[in-house]
Amino acid sequence: MNQPLGDENISYTKRLLDALHLDPVLLLLLGLLSIFGMMLLYSASGSNVDLMIRQITRLAIALVLLIVVANMPLRGLKKISTWIYLLGLLLLLAVMFYGEVGKGAQRWLNLGFIRFQPSEILKLAVPMMVASYLAERTLPIGWKALIVSVILVMIPVIMIARQPDLGTAILIGSAGFFVLFLAGIRWKIMFSLGFLFSLMAPLMWKFALHDYQRARILTLLNPESDPLGSGYHIIQSKIAIGSGGVYGKGWLNGTQSQLDFIPERSTDFIFSVFGEEFGFFGSVLLILLYLAIIYRGLYIAARATENFGRLLAGALSLTFFVYLFVNIGMVTGMLPVVGVPLPLISYGGTSMVTLMMGFGLIMSIRSSKRFLG
Amino acid sequence: MSNRVHIKDDYLEFNLIRRRLVVSAVIIMMLITMVLIRLYVLQIVDYEHFSTLSDSNRVRIKAIPPIRGLIYDRKGVVLANNLPAYRLEITPEQVDDIDDTLDRLKQYVYFSENDLKRYQQSSRRRRPFESIPLRLNLDDDEVARLAVNLHKFKGVEINARLTRNYPLKGHAIHALGYVGRIDENDLSKVNAIDYAGTSHIGKLGLEKYYESELHGTVGVQKVEVNAKGRTLRVLDETPPISGNNLYLTIYSRLQKIAEDAFGDYNGSVVAIDPNNGEILALVSMPTFDPNLFVNGISVNNYRTLRDSPRMPLLNRALAGQYPPGSTTKPFFALAGLESNSITTSKTRFCGGYYILPKETRKFRDWKKWGHGKMDMMAAITQSCDVYFYDLAYKMGIDLMSPFLAQFGFGEKTGIDSTGEKSGLLPSREWKLRTQNMPWFPGETLNTSIGQGYFLVTPLQLANSTAAMSQKGRRFRPHLVRAIGSSQDEGTRELTPEVAGQYHVIKAQNWEHIRNSMINVVHGARGTARGINRGITYTVAGKTGTAQVFGIAQDEEYDEETVSEKLRDHALFISYAPAEDPRIAVAVIVENGEHGSTVAAPIARLIMDAWLQQES
Repeated sequence: MNQPLGDENISYTKRLLDALHLDPVLLLLLGLLSIFGMMLLYSASGSNVDLMIRQITRLAIALVLLIVVANMPLRGLKKISTWIYLLGLLLLLAVMFYGEVGKGAQRWLNLGFIRFQPSEILKLAVPMMVASYLAERTLPIGWKALIVSVILVMIPVIMIARQPDLGTAILIGSAGFFVLFLAGIRWKIMFSLGFLFSLMAPLMWKFALHDYQRARILTLLNPESDPLGSGYHIIQSKIAIGSGGVYGKGWLNGTQSQLDFIPERSTDFIFSVFGEEFGFFGSVLLILLYLAIIYRGLYIAARATENFGRLLAGALSLTFFVYLFVNIGMVTGMLPVVGVPLPLISYGGTSMVTLMMGFGLIMSIRSSKRFLG
Repeated sequence: MSNRVHIKDDYLEFNLIRRRLVVSAVIIMMLITMVLIRLYVLQIVDYEHFSTLSDSNRVRIKAIPPIRGLIYDRKGVVLANNLPAYRLEITPEQVDDIDDTLDRLKQYVYFSENDLKRYQQSSRRRRPFESIPLRLNLDDDEVARLAVNLHKFKGVEINARLTRNYPLKGHAIHALGYVGRIDENDLSKVNAIDYAGTSHIGKLGLEKYYESELHGTVGVQKVEVNAKGRTLRVLDETPPISGNNLYLTIYSRLQKIAEDAFGDYNGSVVAIDPNNGEILALVSMPTFDPNLFVNGISVNNYRTLRDSPRMPLLNRALAGQYPPGSTTKPFFALAGLESNSITTSKTRFCGGYYILPKETRKFRDWKKWGHGKMDMMAAITQSCDVYFYDLAYKMGIDLMSPFLAQFGFGEKTGIDSTGEKSGLLPSREWKLRTQNMPWFPGETLNTSIGQGYFLVTPLQLANSTAAMSQKGRRFRPHLVRAIGSSQDEGTRELTPEVAGQYHVIKAQNWEHIRNSMINVVHGARGTARGINRGITYTVAGKTGTAQVFGIAQDEEYDEETVSEKLRDHALFISYAPAEDPRIAVAVIVENGEHGSTVAAPIARLIMDAWLQQES
């Protein structure tokens, strides 16, 4: 009795997902991650129900937007890429002049009914713009196309780094770079650029970085030097993760986390709470879940029928990886503290909405293949 | 790339992207492996280490705020100190029924809706074993009443905390400034870590200007807490370093004499030691009690202060801008001598008014029937306007303005305090720039008697007078003489800075001006001769009267009919002893009518007090 009923159920669900242009594998993985995220946030926020309600609302909005974007035809998305990119730049300019200042940086734009960071739009707009530009050109990418693309990427990156918002600038810069990488930028050029960059590093240290940014890098090298400031974050975060051991202290039982030793524990440092409560075992599982999402994205990119879709899906998946790597690197003391959240888990609305819309784009790319047949 | 024309080959391109995707997947694998190794090291290899840190050493770091530096006058009188102020605090964890407790507390102590709201907000943010203030700044009655009944309240306590206090209330307040509760805006301007635990910050005046000296260095306490987070013992402590003390140039006794001398008048006095720019008294009347601001002024009190027509919050000494009136005549006379526009002997007849060539408008002298034949000394002594109208006509604004600028008019003196204004020294270029209008000759005449656009601050006027007494050498006026370290008991003397030096063309010109100014006080017809009775030293001075509202030049001013608010300001500048000046004073009494009758006696009191204590 059970067997046919189950089959019927599965086929019904499958048909519904197909009709909505949703990828069941990706959807399942994202759903699992969100459930983990909510459990973790409940613990990290000190069982704050208000905060949970706000985060669940955001997740719902983000999912709706994911479905909306997944149902946009890929060709249409490609056509409006330029306009979204230009709109993003315009809003960035508006932030420069009319933006609201918070925590020493000018990032927010208040439109009366909503307050948001225009830099979020560019997280999607930059890879879309570069991918749609390169999709019209022959690959591997030529000199002219390379220069144009680099300019397209660097304009918003420099504007955002000046706000200053180093974390977002890095994410957008990498998203743009990944499109170029997939479009076949030569290894020789990449290595020479890397070499040039490392030569420029001392100059950037002196002129381009803010005092607090320099302090964070110095703190990474010697956390004890600044026990009341950012060194404290790293010290406490390492103690929390390390004391988690193999299986962790258990959900809601992390002493470091629950006793408020970890700063920003529901936002940027939420992985410290996870590491303490779920241990090495839990951390490996979580990272595998993330990897599955990233590889599913890369798989969709490899199976896409058009260059635009291939480049975009690939770049978005790789950027998702950068989020993960920078955030965990930062809380484990491998990388300096830059404001990059743990994707889809850290408390905060804007990055979750952007990421889910990015997955909406990937799903749109996946379904367009079938339509072109 | 090669020169071949590329034809879009989808298969080749697809393969390229695929290869790159595979490379990416491999790189991701490598980086993830690095992360996993890092986690392995932290959670498995070093587990024992971190577990020990986490379990047995639950170290919490607490900031201990430093004690703010004290402020003394030049003789050691304390102007600002820190007193324990009593706070009513509640530890939520120890209270069984908070609503009942608050209800019963109401019988013994007043607390507003605002206090209650703030308490509830912070009790949500803090851990339950931390005590949270309900009321700040309890008075003695409240403390006594509560202390007797405290046994009835579990978890309620009275704690003392050091808070800024100004023991002499409004005394010298416009020199000192005050501290207030730190707000977000303040925190964005300082290093928030240095201010962890600090509740107050300098908001105005010296307290703000010398904030970095006064604040001190935050201390760090490492405490061990148990599994529930309660403090068990102090493991390690870096004590805070108290802020540095300020030793002022202000002489409190002189300051008091000046403040009392004003009676019900509004106005300002600045007294400077011309030999080094030390400010001996800096008075702006009326004053207000700065202690109100320390623990958050109530809305009503603040409104009263802000809306008072006497404007007690305005620091008149630094930010009050007044027409200087005739007090600028000695400066213009020197300008005339230096530019050969006048000589000491050449006379001019004053018939009570002056008419510019080719014009009909009459520029009146303050004396209706005129002063008669005037030489330079007589013109200063009796403050003849017509003599200076003529001088101004001959010299022109383009020579007058730059000359006065060399005595510091029209620019900030650079005093070590906040809120200083620059006054206004009008010039042809200034008028064109700000009003897009040409300069009219009549305006030159008005400038010469310190009217029209010309504005000065009392501080500026005192400093310029000091420069006049020092033959053109002008110091940057300052309020702080030395900074005392709380650590090694050593004090650091601040060296006076010379801000400018006017080099005279003919040395005896100084003598001419000085003798004229001595005549103002000691001469038989001097406008300030009223203050020379019983005087034991020589004073060089100049009176001034500044119009508050403009009357047409051919109208007359009748003090009886004019309401008090529109009456003229009385001014007086002086330095003494004239042979070896040790004090320079500028007095402005708002609506005081005449410099000779109201302002000059205040200056005499101050000079007496200073020169007597010195000898």
